[in-house]
Amino acid sequence: MMLGQAGFPMGAVLFYGFALGAGLSAMGVALSRNIVRQAVCLLFALASVAGLYYLLGCEFLAAVQLVVYAGGTLILIVFGVMLTSSELSAKFVPRRGEVMVALGIGAVLLMGLIVGLCAAAGSGAFGDAPLALDRDYPVDRLGLAMLGDYLAPFEVVSVLLLVVMIGAAYLAKARRKGQGVQG
Amino acid sequence: MLSMAEAGTFFEQLFFGWGSERPGAVVSVIYGMIVVVVFFMPFVSVLGMICIWGERKVAGHMQNRPGPNRVGPFGLLQSLADGAKCVMKEDLVPELGDRALFRLAPYVAFAPVFVALVAIPFGPELTFERHLNSGLFLILAMLSVEVMGVIIAGWSSHNKWSTFGAMREACQMVSYEIPLGLSLLVGVMAAGTLNVVDMGLEQGGGLHTWGIFRSPFVFLAFFVYFVASLAANKRAPFDLAESDSELVAGYLTEYSGMRWAFFFFAEYTAMFVVGGIQAALFLDPFGLIGYYHNQLSADPQGHWVGMVVLNVMAATIFIGKAGAVILVQMWLRWTLPRPRIDQVLYVCVKVLLPMGCVLLLGEALWQLFVPWRGGIPWKDYNPLSWGDLMKGGTAVGLGVQLALMMVGVGMVVAVVVWVGRSALDAKSVKKRRAEPEAIVV
Repeated sequence: MMLGQAGFPMGAVLFYGFALGAGLSAMGVALSRNIVRQAVCLLFALASVAGLYYLLGCEFLAAVQLVVYAGGTLILIVFGVMLTSSELSAKFVPRRGEVMVALGIGAVLLMGLIVGLCAAAGSGAFGDAPLALDRDYPVDRLGLAMLGDYLAPFEVVSVLLLVVMIGAAYLAKARRKGQGVQG
Repeated sequence: MLSMAEAGTFFEQLFFGWGSERPGAVVSVIYGMIVVVVFFMPFVSVLGMICIWGERKVAGHMQNRPGPNRVGPFGLLQSLADGAKCVMKEDLVPELGDRALFRLAPYVAFAPVFVALVAIPFGPELTFERHLNSGLFLILAMLSVEVMGVIIAGWSSHNKWSTFGAMREACQMVSYEIPLGLSLLVGVMAAGTLNVVDMGLEQGGGLHTWGIFRSPFVFLAFFVYFVASLAANKRAPFDLAESDSELVAGYLTEYSGMRWAFFFFAEYTAMFVVGGIQAALFLDPFGLIGYYHNQLSADPQGHWVGMVVLNVMAATIFIGKAGAVILVQMWLRWTLPRPRIDQVLYVCVKVLLPMGCVLLLGEALWQLFVPWRGGIPWKDYNPLSWGDLMKGGTAVGLGVQLALMMVGVGMVVAVVVWVGRSALDAKSVKKRRAEPEAIVV
C-alpha cells in the first residue's frame, strides 16, 4: 500500500499540492527582487520537487535533492549573501536585456516541453494503466551501478571535485599570505 | 493470520484503511490530518514538554538545586505553564527586519524535523513506511534542511547578534554534516541497509549483536557520530548559534512567545530524531523483540495480537534507548564549557573528519575479512562448535564482538558508579551543611 500507487486519491491530492507549491515558489524565485527571499522561494521549490520525487517512489532521489541543493548549495548562496551584502535587502535588479534573454530561453524550453508532451500523448504513453513502481528497489543497486557500469564518469567527477578543493584551499591560503604582507 | 505484517505498517493502514476499497480524496486528506493531529502533534508536544522539564531537572541536580518542583508532581507541569505563558506573550516582530521571513522562519525550522519523524522506527510495524529503503538518508536530509530556518531567522531579525548566530550555525552545520554522514556510513556499511527498521531487526539476539559492537570501527564511529550530532543539532557545548554569553541569544534574540517556542520544539524533536538514529543504528532499537518479530512473521500461524504486543514493547524499548541518548546529551550540556567557533571548526575538519575517513576505510576492510555473528547463541548456532568457529575468521569476529561488549558494559558501569557516588556525595554534603560540626578551637 504505497503513497504513490495509482488510483489512490491521497497521492493525487499530494501531487497537485506539491506541483502547485513548486510552480508558485518557482514564480517567486523569478519575480522577487530580494535575494534572500529568492533563496527562500528556491528552498520551497526544491522541497516541493523533492516531494514529487517521493510520490514517484524515489525517496533516495528526494533525499539527495534536499541534501545537495536545499541543505548544501542553497545555504552556501545565503551564506555568501550574508557575508558580502552590507544592507538587509540585497536587491537583485536585472537589466532589460537579461530579462529578454531569460524570457527567450524560457519560451524555447516551454515549447520543447509542450512538443514533448504532445509527442508522448500521441504515442499513447499516458494510458490508464497504473504507473509501475519498483518501490522495493534496493539502494545497493544504485551503488553497484555507480561503482560498476558508470565507474569512469564517477571517477572523473571525483577528480574534478579534488581539483576544486585544491583550488579552494590554494585561494584561501594565498589571500591570507597577501594580507600578511600588506599588514 | 498476519494481516499487519502483510498489508503494511500500522500508520499506512490508519491512513488508507484496512478494507479493500479506497477512501475518497476528501476522506483520505481528513484521515491524514487526523493521524497527524492525533499521533504526531501530541507526540512532539509531549516530547518537548518532558525534555524541557528533564533538562531543567538535570541542570538543577547537577548544580545542587532542586530544579522546577512547584507546578504539579515533581514540577512536571512546569512546561505546560511555560507553554501557556508563551501563547499569551506578545508576538514581537522587528520593525526594520524582513517581517514576512521573520514570521516564516520558525516553521521552516520546525517542519523538516517533524517530517523526519516519518522515518523513525518506533517498532517493526509501528513505523510510517516500512519499505522506506533510504530512511536514514531521508532523516539526514531533513536535518540538513532544518538549518535554513535558523539562517532565515538570524537574517530577517535585522540584528547583528542574530546574524552572527545564523552565520555560525550555517558554518557549523555545513561542516559537521560531513563527519555526521561519514560516521553513519560506517554503521550503515556494517548493517548493510539504509532501511531503519531492517537495521534494527537484524541486531536482535543479545548484547553482543548490537550494532555498536560489530567491529572496533563501528564502536569508534558511534562516538564520532555522537559528537557530530551534538554539533549538527547546535546542542551545548556546540551551541554557538545562540551562545548567550556573547551573542545575547544569537538567532533567537528577537523572538518571543510561540515563535520562540517553535524553535525549541524543533530542537527537542531533533534531539529525539538524532538519538533515535543512534538507537536504531547502534543500540539495538528493539531488543530481543526484533528476534521474536522475525520468528513470528515467519510463522504462518502467528496471530496479529502478538504483533501488536511486540510492536508496543518494541516502541517502549526504542523510546527508552533514544531517551537515554537524550539524557547523555543533557548531561554534557551542563558539564562542558563552550568552545570558540574556530575550535569547533578545528574539531570538525582536523579531528572528526580524518577519523571518519579512517574508520570508513577500516570498516570496509573489516567487512571483507571478518564475518559478523548475529542471532542468539545456543539457539541459532552453537558458539562452542570448533569447526564452525574456524570457518573464515568467525572466531575473530565473535571474539571481537564479545570483547567490545565487555568494554561497552564496563563504560556504562563506570558511568553509573561515578554518578551514583557523586549523588551519595551530594547527600552527605547536604547533611553536613544542615548540621555543621562544631568548630573546636
